[in-house]
Amino acid sequence: MPAAALPGRATATSNPDESLSGWGNYPKVSTELLAPRTPVGARDVLLGRSGVVARGAGRAYGDAAIGTHTTISTRGLNRMRSFDPATAELTVEAGVTIADILAAFEPRGFFLKVVPGTKFVTVGGAIAADVHGKNHHRDGGFGNIVGSFRLALPGGEIVSCSRSENAALFMATLGGMGLTGMILEATLRLLPIETAWLRQDTRVAGNLEAAIDLLERSASATYSVAWIDCLARGAALGRSLVYLAEHATRRDKELLAPELAPFPSPRMSRLSVPKLFPGWLLNRTSMRAFNELYFRRGAAQQGEQRLVHWDPYFFPLDAIADWNRIYGRRGFVQYQCVIPQAHARRVLADILDRVSRRGDASFLAVLKQLGDGGGPMSFPLRGYTLTMDFPVTETLFAFLDQLDALVVDAGGRLYLAKDARQSRATFESGYPGLAALRDIRQQTGANARLISHLSARLGI
Amino acid sequence: MIGTKSILVIGGSSDIGHATALRYAKEGWRVTLAARDIEAAQRNADDIRTRSGVETTVQALDVLQTAQLAGFVAGLSVLPDTVVCVVGELGDQLRAQTDPELATSIMRTNFEAPSLLLELFAQAFEARGSGTIVGVSSVAGDRGRASNYYYGAAKAGFSQFLSGLRNRLALAGKVRVVTVKPGFVRTRMTAHMKLPAPLTVDPDRVAEDIYLADVTRPRDVIYVARRFRLVMAIICALPETIFKRMRI
Repeated sequence: MPAAALPGRATATSNPDESLSGWGNYPKVSTELLAPRTPVGARDVLLGRSGVVARGAGRAYGDAAIGTHTTISTRGLNRMRSFDPATAELTVEAGVTIADILAAFEPRGFFLKVVPGTKFVTVGGAIAADVHGKNHHRDGGFGNIVGSFRLALPGGEIVSCSRSENAALFMATLGGMGLTGMILEATLRLLPIETAWLRQDTRVAGNLEAAIDLLERSASATYSVAWIDCLARGAALGRSLVYLAEHATRRDKELLAPELAPFPSPRMSRLSVPKLFPGWLLNRTSMRAFNELYFRRGAAQQGEQRLVHWDPYFFPLDAIADWNRIYGRRGFVQYQCVIPQAHARRVLADILDRVSRRGDASFLAVLKQLGDGGGPMSFPLRGYTLTMDFPVTETLFAFLDQLDALVVDAGGRLYLAKDARQSRATFESGYPGLAALRDIRQQTGANARLISHLSARLGI
Repeated sequence: MIGTKSILVIGGSSDIGHATALRYAKEGWRVTLAARDIEAAQRNADDIRTRSGVETTVQALDVLQTAQLAGFVAGLSVLPDTVVCVVGELGDQLRAQTDPELATSIMRTNFEAPSLLLELFAQAFEARGSGTIVGVSSVAGDRGRASNYYYGAAKAGFSQFLSGLRNRLALAGKVRVVTVKPGFVRTRMTAHMKLPAPLTVDPDRVAEDIYLADVTRPRDVIYVARRFRLVMAIICALPETIFKRMRI
């Protein structure tokens, strides 16, 4: 039996024919999975392979982080490199997660200006998907806090990219889904905070119109998000709780809750969903009951300012480990579209109406305001984004095709980090920046080498 | 004062060495990593410094150059409060059976070199009147098995060395010796192996238990995971006539 480890010489370990899926457990495909232990080791395994793509924490929902032949896990690239307190610039390897960064730096008074809905994503993945948070309308996407990164090209060259160096490559990598090269290391700018708390304001919106009005009027709030009860219909279609929040200053905390520590130590307890959660437990009745409870609890808090810790505020689902299992063996699809401002009210109402008639969408849907996108392939555009989960069934994909048609008509697009099934036509009409990505891939030879199931499906 | 304490990790380029040093650094201990692979150790040191904000340095050391060990200990700018030795090499058992050089290297890396080095620290700690020596051995040293008996025999020797050293130092009561026996740990060394999930731990867990046994709740011998103590007790209790026919 083995014990302590020795400085080994192996650069990577390999598990052939691993069956992999994204966070949605759909689709499941077999791939060779490599796990290099160092950035240089990662470059070495990339060299000379094709049908290959990098994979971070596996939190993309669909088939984005699975190579058609080989998948390179970045989890071994989990070392932090340096931090400069004067500039708040942090350099980390690509496999470091947002949770790792917050664990190390939140107690020292730093946060990340842009965080997605889970802290369990890697920095490499966050760049590749140019993830957004509840403040995109004000602060832009994850790319905005990235100063530079080092990218391994399929030919083995390691290049530095920033807004001033290899700028086109830098921009195409934001939201480029790992198809420009393998991110090895990145430098981020952290956000100084005075406390671990957010000052949260809950508002009730009786329907979709009211929710969008509220979000529009609250454009000055740093964070805003609406949780929609998908099962409400008719006049209450789109009824929501709108959460607005600001980082609480020390003074805010003293006023609202002087008994709380500015940076309380983390609670360790986590719930976990059993491995084979029966999908049939998610029926209409149970979901309706859940939503009713959720809505009433939120409505009771209307008007009062509350302090909420950053962990439940930004990452509510992280408290339940493996919540994706709740949809059972067949998996689920998370549908996230963005609709440009001008058509948002009409088209989102249409989508919600169809979803509520169908009746098997997630507990809740999330509605957020987005600002302009970062890179040519970044998902955000000025408008509103709606996110819902659907368990995979026989009839689901035909239904989602109908929603796609509405999105395409309105000049919207689907988020590639969530996608497992959209058509090439839908994709191409949504992403005019695709030409820029294709150009870059031609130049670096990535088009023949870096191929994920997503890029093969969509012809990127 | 905790902030002024320091730890030296021998084998600082390894995963367990990295995790252990980081665990102490989070409590404010200053860290030195000693390793043969300086580049890998530096990467670990950068990580520890960045995560903890604690001063972390790297020292070159090849423990197999046993003639240089005394010079290494004497040359340390600060004698650490705790020294943790995680040096080890699993080696390829089948190859070792026909390759005496490899067999020798396994035995020297897991037993001879760590023992010689820790004896030097024991003397330096005795002279100062304080210190903790943590030796990372293995459950493989509890009973010889066909699949890894060079490694197991060397770890058995190391465990006995630590036991004897502890016995020698216990009377004076100033220097402590902790024997750590991990079972399966997910590291570079085991990355190619299929490990049984219920008995396998991450390096962080080993680090946590080492810190506990050294600082929080002083212990002499610890198993990681703890259930390995029972597993090994059962394996050790089997009569040799039966055990020799088993493949476990």
